[in-house]
Amino acid sequence: MSEFTGNEIIHQYLRHNKRFPHVLCAGCGHGIVLGTLIRSIHDLGLPKDDVVIVAGIGCSGRLAVYVDFNTIHTTHGRALTFATGIKMANPQLKVICLMGDGDALSIGGNHLIHAARRNVGITALILNNNIYGMTGGQSSPATPLGAKSMTSPFGQLEKSFDTVELARGAGANFVARGTVFHVKKLENIMIEAIRRPGFNLVETLTPCHTQFGRKNKYKSPVEMYKWLKKAAIDKERYDELPEDKREGRIPIGVFVERERDGLEERYAKLRESFRKTSQGGR
Amino acid sequence: MARRKKHKEIFALGNEAVVEGALLAGCSFYAGYPITPSSEIMEIMAARLPHLEDGVFMQMEDEIASMGAAIGASMAGRKVMTATSGPGFSLMQEHIGYAVMAETPLVVVNVMRGGPSTGLPTSPAQGDVQQARWGTHGDHPIIVLSASNVQECLEMTITAFNMAEKYRTPVILLLDEVTAHTREKIEIPHADEYEVFSRIVPNMPPEWYKPFEETVRGVPPMPPLGAGYRFHTTGLTHDRNGFPTSRPDEVVDLTERLHRKIDQFFYDIQLVDEVDTDGADIVVIAYGSVARSAEYAVQQARESGIKAGLLKLKTLFPYPRRHTDKVLAHAKTVVVPEMNMGQISREVKRVNMGRATVRTINRVDGQIVTPSEILKVIMQG
Repeated sequence: MSEFTGNEIIHQYLRHNKRFPHVLCAGCGHGIVLGTLIRSIHDLGLPKDDVVIVAGIGCSGRLAVYVDFNTIHTTHGRALTFATGIKMANPQLKVICLMGDGDALSIGGNHLIHAARRNVGITALILNNNIYGMTGGQSSPATPLGAKSMTSPFGQLEKSFDTVELARGAGANFVARGTVFHVKKLENIMIEAIRRPGFNLVETLTPCHTQFGRKNKYKSPVEMYKWLKKAAIDKERYDELPEDKREGRIPIGVFVERERDGLEERYAKLRESFRKTSQGGR
Repeated sequence: MARRKKHKEIFALGNEAVVEGALLAGCSFYAGYPITPSSEIMEIMAARLPHLEDGVFMQMEDEIASMGAAIGASMAGRKVMTATSGPGFSLMQEHIGYAVMAETPLVVVNVMRGGPSTGLPTSPAQGDVQQARWGTHGDHPIIVLSASNVQECLEMTITAFNMAEKYRTPVILLLDEVTAHTREKIEIPHADEYEVFSRIVPNMPPEWYKPFEETVRGVPPMPPLGAGYRFHTTGLTHDRNGFPTSRPDEVVDLTERLHRKIDQFFYDIQLVDEVDTDGADIVVIAYGSVARSAEYAVQQARESGIKAGLLKLKTLFPYPRRHTDKVLAHAKTVVVPEMNMGQISREVKRVNMGRATVRTINRVDGQIVTPSEILKVIMQG
């Protein structure tokens, strides 16, 4: 165990002299995800110089600015494309993508399924708060059926994406879901995701009290965390529940575990094979 | 003295020559999406890059992703290229703007096809000239180059890489279908016959480094990701440290520096070829494959005693005003043939300000502009 407390670890990784106070609302879960990410990187002993944080646009996209790694704030929905280029150009780097639900599933949906299909060595963290927060509370592909938002004032008519099933179908190496209420579990998941080769996806449920809660009768951040505590249950327990008891519950845990090589490793092998044949020919 | 080894000669398509040029310039990363008439560039890259020690070829899911991957790889220290045609070029625009803002060197080849929309996929056109200049949102400078024959495709690709690296900016190489799909003999230059410029990397301690700082050239040094220089890069308007800002003085500083780093090097960036322009009464201003037709027409006009000349534009933007100015001061008439409705002729008219007569020849039927067409207009005076 580390001799530091959680906060002391985090302080080593923040750009504290520059970018504070931060832009996040009081009660937002995004800070918990960032804290978890930092502790995971610390636990894995990764040097700061080797870590590249690639973020999309929105509240989650702003997180990159606060941490002392190589950080890139990209365009809306395209973080994974930048990350793909970085990882393929320099496989030594640990590339971690921070995306929101609108970012990753809507405008970036195509990039998500193809990054998973390629199994390129990226850890994709989706911070799912079920809404477009920074743009003012419009519905996203993760807004639950019936939920209200600025663009679904009469209740969302479209079914939301199941990110886990989407990533599983597309071929991701590792797929997991956690919440900012279940922090220790989230940390274990994140360590595992960053450690593995190939494409690893972690969806984290993180409440947006300001935009989602306000429209959907959660009176305070505390109520939203209570909802997370109640709704999220371990995947194993969820699977045992009868069909009628599953309504409103969200399974969390690890859903897919594979140990396939990342695309960058397969590519390196291809290049290696050419070098061998050219030497043999001489 | 030992006799110099002869140049290697190959019989190549314009698109193939682009690949040769890119590899000579040190390109080791390509990300793209297939589209006619640029696809050969991608296909040949797919076959060639894995043979390089660190070569990477990526077929991405679309052009937006291609540009994203190209920017990422460039940040990781690679020389990168992507190629596309009209519709794909439109998709790339947001990321071209990002590359301008984040000062990321890369080369985008656009083999133009007829348009708008899916238009004429395999017919020659030059309809993307103003899109190359103004396709992205916001105020920013951009370098746009062109080539008129296969040898030039090779040379201008090297030039495009050099300018991208020198000025930390995306450079667009505009080709038309005729140039890209013409097959002719080209010579591969010896390594000492062309310059290869690579971006300047910082040599100060990381804690002194400011990633977007003003320098004498206006171009800050750029370390590859992972080299110990940890900093923030964003498409948002940023301060010298790379952090987002909306402070008016910092916003102005950044915007002006982005312009100035290109503006002060016009002499290096604005490239033209002049054929018989000294004392010419009639000068044709052309670029791309049309410049070849123009050269032939000018030659024929000269043979029949008309003092004609050709100003061939190799740089389209920043528009080579200085060279055009010189021509407009002497010539009575300037002829601007193009395979569009007049996208460069408006630049010529802007510089002209009523001095010479500007005649335009515009073809948008997916056919080439022929020498006789140009000659006819030259004969009219």
